[in-house]
Amino acid sequence: MNERGYEAVIGLEVHAQLVTATKIFCGCPAVYGADPNTLVCPVCLGLPGALPVLNREAVAMAVRMGLATGCRVAGLSVFARKNYFYPDCPKNYQISMYDRPLCEDGFVEFELGGEWRRVGIERIHLEEDAGKLLHDAGGGSLVDFNRCGVPLIEIVSRPEIRSPEEASTYLVTLRRILRYLEICDGNMEEGSLRCDVNVSVRRAGETALGTKTEIKNLNSFRAVDMGIRWEMDRQIETLSKGGRIEQVTNLWDAASKRLVEMRSKEQAHDYRYFPEPDLRPLEVAAEWIEALRRSLPELPVDRERRLRRHYGIPPYDASVLCGEKGLADYFEAVAGAGADAKLAANWIMREVLEEMKSGPAAPRSDPGAVSSAGPFGFEAPLDPSRLAGLIALVKKNAVSGSAARDAFKEMVRSGETAETVVARLGLAQESDSAALEKWIDEVIAENPDEAARYRAGKTALLGFFVGQVMKKSRGTANPKLTGELVRVKLGT
Amino acid sequence: MSDILRYSIDELSALYRAKKLAVRDVVDAYLARIDEAEPSIKAFLAVFPDEARARAAELDERGHDGSILYGVPVAVKDNICTRGAATTCASKILERYRPPYDATVVERLRLSGAVILGKTNLDEFAMGSSCENSAFQATRNPWDTERAPGGSSGGSAAAVASGMALAALGSDTGGSIRQPAALCGVAGLKGTYGRVSRYGLVAFASSLDQIGPLARGVRDAARVMEAIAGHDPNDATTIPEPAPALSADLDKGLDGLRLAVPAGLDRWRMDEPVREIVLQTVARLAEEGMKPETVELPGMETSIASYYVLANAEASSNLARYDGVKYGYRAGSGALAEMYERTRGEGFGEEVKRRILLGTYVLSSGYYDAYYGKAQRVQALIREQFRAVFRKFDLVMLPTSPTPAFRLGERLADPIAMYLSDIFTTPANIAGFPAISVPAGLSPDGLPIGMQLFAGWGRESVLLRGACGLERVFRFRERFPGPAAGGGRLS
Repeated sequence: MNERGYEAVIGLEVHAQLVTATKIFCGCPAVYGADPNTLVCPVCLGLPGALPVLNREAVAMAVRMGLATGCRVAGLSVFARKNYFYPDCPKNYQISMYDRPLCEDGFVEFELGGEWRRVGIERIHLEEDAGKLLHDAGGGSLVDFNRCGVPLIEIVSRPEIRSPEEASTYLVTLRRILRYLEICDGNMEEGSLRCDVNVSVRRAGETALGTKTEIKNLNSFRAVDMGIRWEMDRQIETLSKGGRIEQVTNLWDAASKRLVEMRSKEQAHDYRYFPEPDLRPLEVAAEWIEALRRSLPELPVDRERRLRRHYGIPPYDASVLCGEKGLADYFEAVAGAGADAKLAANWIMREVLEEMKSGPAAPRSDPGAVSSAGPFGFEAPLDPSRLAGLIALVKKNAVSGSAARDAFKEMVRSGETAETVVARLGLAQESDSAALEKWIDEVIAENPDEAARYRAGKTALLGFFVGQVMKKSRGTANPKLTGELVRVKLGT
Repeated sequence: MSDILRYSIDELSALYRAKKLAVRDVVDAYLARIDEAEPSIKAFLAVFPDEARARAAELDERGHDGSILYGVPVAVKDNICTRGAATTCASKILERYRPPYDATVVERLRLSGAVILGKTNLDEFAMGSSCENSAFQATRNPWDTERAPGGSSGGSAAAVASGMALAALGSDTGGSIRQPAALCGVAGLKGTYGRVSRYGLVAFASSLDQIGPLARGVRDAARVMEAIAGHDPNDATTIPEPAPALSADLDKGLDGLRLAVPAGLDRWRMDEPVREIVLQTVARLAEEGMKPETVELPGMETSIASYYVLANAEASSNLARYDGVKYGYRAGSGALAEMYERTRGEGFGEEVKRRILLGTYVLSSGYYDAYYGKAQRVQALIREQFRAVFRKFDLVMLPTSPTPAFRLGERLADPIAMYLSDIFTTPANIAGFPAISVPAGLSPDGLPIGMQLFAGWGRESVLLRGACGLERVFRFRERFPGPAAGGGRLS
């Protein structure tokens, strides 16, 4: 709720490109980044006489998304033509679904600010993507039809979102599900996940809906957040001044970070939807739906809950680790190889992710590293059992934290086990009192002034002595034990 | 007039097998006939003499391999895509358009050994009943060149009727094969919806369009149908089964078929000679022991109304792609909206624009239920009622067109009169069942009159058997050799 006593009513329309091998109505490859107009045929170009034939793989993916969000999957749904003129749409109609969508009445759940939220999904339907206009080419406009006919699902939420944070969290949640199902890579930069938002505001406590406006082109999580904030502020300001909200469609301009009016209500399209006569109604057999249901992986929200419960890790850790299916798999593999769960979570969230971010420069000499290609592959720098081995050494104080980090880097480089690296580099933690006392004696002898001041009560110098011992031991001294021994030696 | 032009498909085939005739001779004879008759008929928008002769040489080289249309010279309506060769739909907007692919039916014609002679004239985008809506030329009726050949497949009908092609492909959305077949004295067959692939047929009304053959007789039409029919993975609306053996029952005769004629023939407006010929035929069949029963034919009045709502709605969407952006005619220079408006304003003819407007209107928000929705409900009703009729009867017999060929220009000023040309043919499209027109006789003015048969969904073989039976009753080609045999009033 806004400080001026208003609350927002927000609904999202999310378009997700499906990662089918071919387009939704023809055999052209559905891939990104090819030379313009090289992935086209009479069907996706909408040439006279060409006809669409439905790609069942796209249907399967859409149904899986419906099942993953608790939707009812229609045994019979109907493709419809959405008629409008625009040069990126070669038939000047888009094959979509209208009054008989494939999936209806679902929901997603996410945790925000310590509270669980549930946002309803009104519908999920299949449709074809349009081409792309390139405006800057020598004054004229050019069209690239490669994207034409790439399968999309449109996921329409109920207007149950109440804040910009909720909107972007909802979107993150959808993206996570899409990636778990391996049906959309969720790349907002390349446009494989796109978001339009409907926003209205009303005084808190009111039940009637205000006039809504639409924001198109919100193509990053940040844009969703900023665009909604901008529009809420504008609407609240207008209403506070006694003004009226007009039903407009705005475009988010990512460069100037502001909204630009695209069309007013008067200019709104009449899409003249009618059933697509070139395609039979889509029948999805109950057995097929059940088979697809059985093919679903454990969904991220369920996994997050299970990880918390089963491994006793904090909610934050569980949510980070469940951000990607591959990451969660990796965590469970490391924990499954005997590593302490909380330590494993820390190591994966810090060292492993850091190492992966530092890029492909990191050599992959470990033949056992998790490796899989494609948009959903998670390529960990270290085999789970090796990481578990290292964590075990940390856990039993055989190696200090800082030495373990050095060992990790070396393991990634050489592909050796933790034991081998620790032994070879002499990184084992020294916990033998005699050895430690020898170093301590040397340090006290070398620093008589500090020793005197410590004895006189300046106990804060303990860290100094421990540090010197660490240095002397090249990081192998057990810091806890060293501290205790220093205290004894200096008589406190 | 060469004797070669008189042979049927089966006769040609036998002569080819016996090596008594070369494809080359046949193709030359047809090309010569085109040279002779085309100037006064204007059936073709394009003739391919070089390609046809090259194809003939290739077929002669190969010899008869048993393919069903080996060496058969055919014409193709110009709304069916032929790779690399103009496919204009008789529209200025596609005047220079060359499709990069062959329609499935064209591919199947080629695989069946046919020789494609050229592309035939039509009403622009198949919208019309006279062939006069062509942006390029008005085709003449070979029986009387002052009259229209009917439409929209008027070019195909006139080409076959004047002996310029042995058979031709047309398309039938509301009667566009059967009505011109009737007016030109040839046979015209529209199969069950989904029997023939529409892949490569430039869409007018997708849920009603069907490609089918026009030929001098029922047997030839059946042969061509066998070549082009059957499931096509590129057309999701084709019936998912191979083409049935359409000519197996051809000679079984009318005996044993349950035949119905519509009650109250006097209720409908039709020319007296048309009514006469129906009554004569009924009497004749009764004499031969087949007493046709009269039935109340459902939906005759309403099918034409729902037809013009549904067909135009789909057309308004199907024709949206002709916008000057990608191919075809483009006008205007600057702004996008101006290019759209001028391209479409100048590229489409009057009738096409009328139908786009009507179709856009009936789909508009606020009007959808009153028009499109209602037309769909009427369609469902008509379908159900015909289903009931076909539970009791094998065939329904009725005239194809309420009048014989009308004079050129006669109906141009009156679209409604033109639309009513389709009154007896649209039910088959609306309900999706197969129908055929067979030449029955001549009017006192010497103009052909066609008799139509309807059969139940998927029952083409019964339809063709009935049509063959009627053909034997009418003996039209023996009694009236007509322009195909050099008769008629060819200039």
